[in-house]
Amino acid sequence: MEVVQIQRNLVDYTKSLFMEGFLDGQFLQLQQLQDESNPDFVAEVVSLFFDDSQKLLNELTIALDQPIVDFKKVDAHVHQLKGSSSSIGAQKVKNACIAFRNFCEVQNIEGCLTCLQQVKLEYYLAKNKFETLFRLEQQIVASGGSIPMIEMGF
Amino acid sequence: MACNCIEPQGPPDDLLMKYQYISDFFIALAYFSIPLELIYFVKKSAVFPYRWVLVQFGAFIVLCGATHLINLWTFTPHTRTVASVMTTAKVLTALVSCVTALMLVHIIPDLLSVKTRELFLKNKAAELDREMGLIRTQEETGRHVRMLTHEIRSTLDRHTILRTTLVELGRTLSLEECALWMPTRTGLELQLSYTLRQQNPVVYTVPIHHPVINQVFSTNHAINISPNCPVARLRPAGKYLPGEVVAVRVPLLHLSNFHINDWPELSTKRYALMVLMLPSDSARQWHIHELELVEAVADQVAVALSHAAILEESMRARNLLMEQNVALDLARREAETAIHARNDFLAVMNHEMRTPMHAIIALSSLLQETELTPEQRLMVETILKSSNLLATLINDVLDLSRLEDGSLQLDLGTFNLYAVFKEVLKLIKPIASVKKLHVSLSLAPDLPEYAIGDEKRLMQTILNVVGNAVKFSKEGSIAITAFVAKPETLRDSRAPEFLPVPSDNHFYLRVQVKDSGCGVSPQDIPNLFTKFAQNQSTATRNSGGSGLGLAICKRFVSLMEGHIWIESEGLGKGCTAIFIVKLGIPERMNEYKLPCMLKMPINHGHTAFPGLKVLVMDENGVSRTVTKELLMHLGCDVTTVGSSDECLRSVSHKHKVVFMDICVPGTDSHRITDRIHEKFAKCNERPLIVALTGNTDKLTKENCMRIGMDGLILKPVSLDKMRSVLSDLLEHRVLFEGI
Repeated sequence: MEVVQIQRNLVDYTKSLFMEGFLDGQFLQLQQLQDESNPDFVAEVVSLFFDDSQKLLNELTIALDQPIVDFKKVDAHVHQLKGSSSSIGAQKVKNACIAFRNFCEVQNIEGCLTCLQQVKLEYYLAKNKFETLFRLEQQIVASGGSIPMIEMGF
Repeated sequence: MACNCIEPQGPPDDLLMKYQYISDFFIALAYFSIPLELIYFVKKSAVFPYRWVLVQFGAFIVLCGATHLINLWTFTPHTRTVASVMTTAKVLTALVSCVTALMLVHIIPDLLSVKTRELFLKNKAAELDREMGLIRTQEETGRHVRMLTHEIRSTLDRHTILRTTLVELGRTLSLEECALWMPTRTGLELQLSYTLRQQNPVVYTVPIHHPVINQVFSTNHAINISPNCPVARLRPAGKYLPGEVVAVRVPLLHLSNFHINDWPELSTKRYALMVLMLPSDSARQWHIHELELVEAVADQVAVALSHAAILEESMRARNLLMEQNVALDLARREAETAIHARNDFLAVMNHEMRTPMHAIIALSSLLQETELTPEQRLMVETILKSSNLLATLINDVLDLSRLEDGSLQLDLGTFNLYAVFKEVLKLIKPIASVKKLHVSLSLAPDLPEYAIGDEKRLMQTILNVVGNAVKFSKEGSIAITAFVAKPETLRDSRAPEFLPVPSDNHFYLRVQVKDSGCGVSPQDIPNLFTKFAQNQSTATRNSGGSGLGLAICKRFVSLMEGHIWIESEGLGKGCTAIFIVKLGIPERMNEYKLPCMLKMPINHGHTAFPGLKVLVMDENGVSRTVTKELLMHLGCDVTTVGSSDECLRSVSHKHKVVFMDICVPGTDSHRITDRIHEKFAKCNERPLIVALTGNTDKLTKENCMRIGMDGLILKPVSLDKMRSVLSDLLEHRVLFEGI
């Protein structure tokens, strides 16, 4: 059946995201928290993440564009971004943020700019992946199926 | 005029008369002018002492003159008045001249003595002049010595000192040649080291045991020597006689000489010889003061040379120390860099290794939930367990560096001891069966089923030891025995520092793993537990492994207050690995938590803490939402705040726990903790304050403990972790998650 096919696609896709390192265990935790009382929890959190991150990335671009860069502010923003991305399990974004913070600590502007590019890249990739994921889920729901829960014992 | 002359008066001769007349006139003139001159000159000079003599003399002369003048009138017949005047004049003249004559007898000796005194004074003046000259010369000599000394002492360079000495001496004494002979290393010859005029140094040596040289060395005075002496033959033979030559000894003092009160004998003392030659075409001779000058200079030179030597020594020592210091500093910095690099490498590798580990664990878990055959399920479970072990190992590689500074702590918990052994057996059985090794496990009947300790690390140790046994055995069997060690058997002669103290709530677990493998030669046994040291025998070379296993085991065993060692009778005779660890005896048998490694029943929607009021403070919106959902899932009544001020406003005694996300090292968290403590100081229902952080370092944990927090949880928090953490927290009221 089509729903089964889409469900399998979803599972495959999710697996691939794990394999490639886009997601980590935290995302599974989020999915565990989603249930009948809160069916859109994951989607809510992820869209919250997107809004937050977009703002943070804009702030970061502006801050690094200044003639005299305020590294403390930059560091604070990156820290926020790191926190958000690790909360939802966006692993690559989180890793890029960690590298970014290192450059902030030594106040290396070129490094920071490179890292910002990297973070942006990872963020857009992650956003893309999440959107695909949600589209698949919506397709399943639209076709009347239920989203397969990934259960595991950690 | 009556004339009493015997001759008859002849007729008056006119010519004669005329001449007499003129002469008398001139005489009178002269006689009158002399006193005038005298008076004039005496008036001019104020010093003449005998004025009245002059008056007398003047009178005498005037009268004589007058007499002669009056005589002029007597040539012609003259009157009686003239005659009487003449007579008066003559009488007066006679009187005065007699008086004058008498006076002169007294005066002339006086005048003569004046002359003598004058001569005497002149001599005295000449003598004083001479003496002055001498004193001046001496003073100049003294000045020269001072100047020379100053010149010599103003430099601390040996060569400059000697050269300056020669130059200055040459200048002061106007020498033709000045030379310094230094003793050679052997001490048997004197070598011409420095000369004043000769610019081309000709290496020229003279044996030291020459009578003249000995003579010079025997006294500290400067001694005249013959110009033909070998040390004095410095100038080519000239037309003139060579000038006088003087030689003086210059003691070469060594540092040690200063410590001796009495001067050592001549034979042990080294001297240099200074030879000074006066110009050959002058008739100069060596004067005493010049010799004294030379002696004084020689002494000064000796002192200056020894100062220079001391300084050279200390400069050399200082340079050496500086070089060593630089080298040590460099080595220290290199070592620090190496340590940093290693730590960084470990940290990065650790992180890099965790990432795929997560993927493996996650996917294996995913796989577990799918449809599997029993064998497949077993395989997947083994994969999961192995990867968990591997994750632990990765932690431990990072820990090893922390083990070294002792910051690792055991994760104590109650666990099933039997299950641990069974687990090890299960894990090792596949490999052992491939190698056709027989593995047997025997647990003593008095071994308690449950124990308190670090289960993961104990399992790791046993696994490592058993793994080694399997690795190094090609055939035969492996026997694992475990029992409670009795106090008598605990004392091992091999480990005198291991003094186990048995007590009521602890017991010592002794595990022996005997294999029939290739064994270990006795001299290699001490190296087995050394990090990365591999036994290079041919049998083991291709068996792989990092050499880290036993080192880590040893550290874990030490942390568990135990001891590990290996016995072997030699190569080919197998070996037995034995370790003893201290484990706690749990008080209540029924209170245990199932270890996370075994499959845990998943309680979805299990509300563990119904209605527990908690407050979550997190500035990050995303993580705040996640944490809230997590706690809500566990049934808590969650209030969320986004800032510390809101937190302080919202916290009330109804809240049982306050979760604070601390990011940047927090004066903020300190402040909030303090305020909460203050606010609830009166009532004893203070909410527990727990920090949520992603920082895994000890400092953060210590800070939290220090500022009064009740607990610390590491992010990321899984649902199950949060559940277990909350239950622990509420029961014990404190929880600092082991890092």
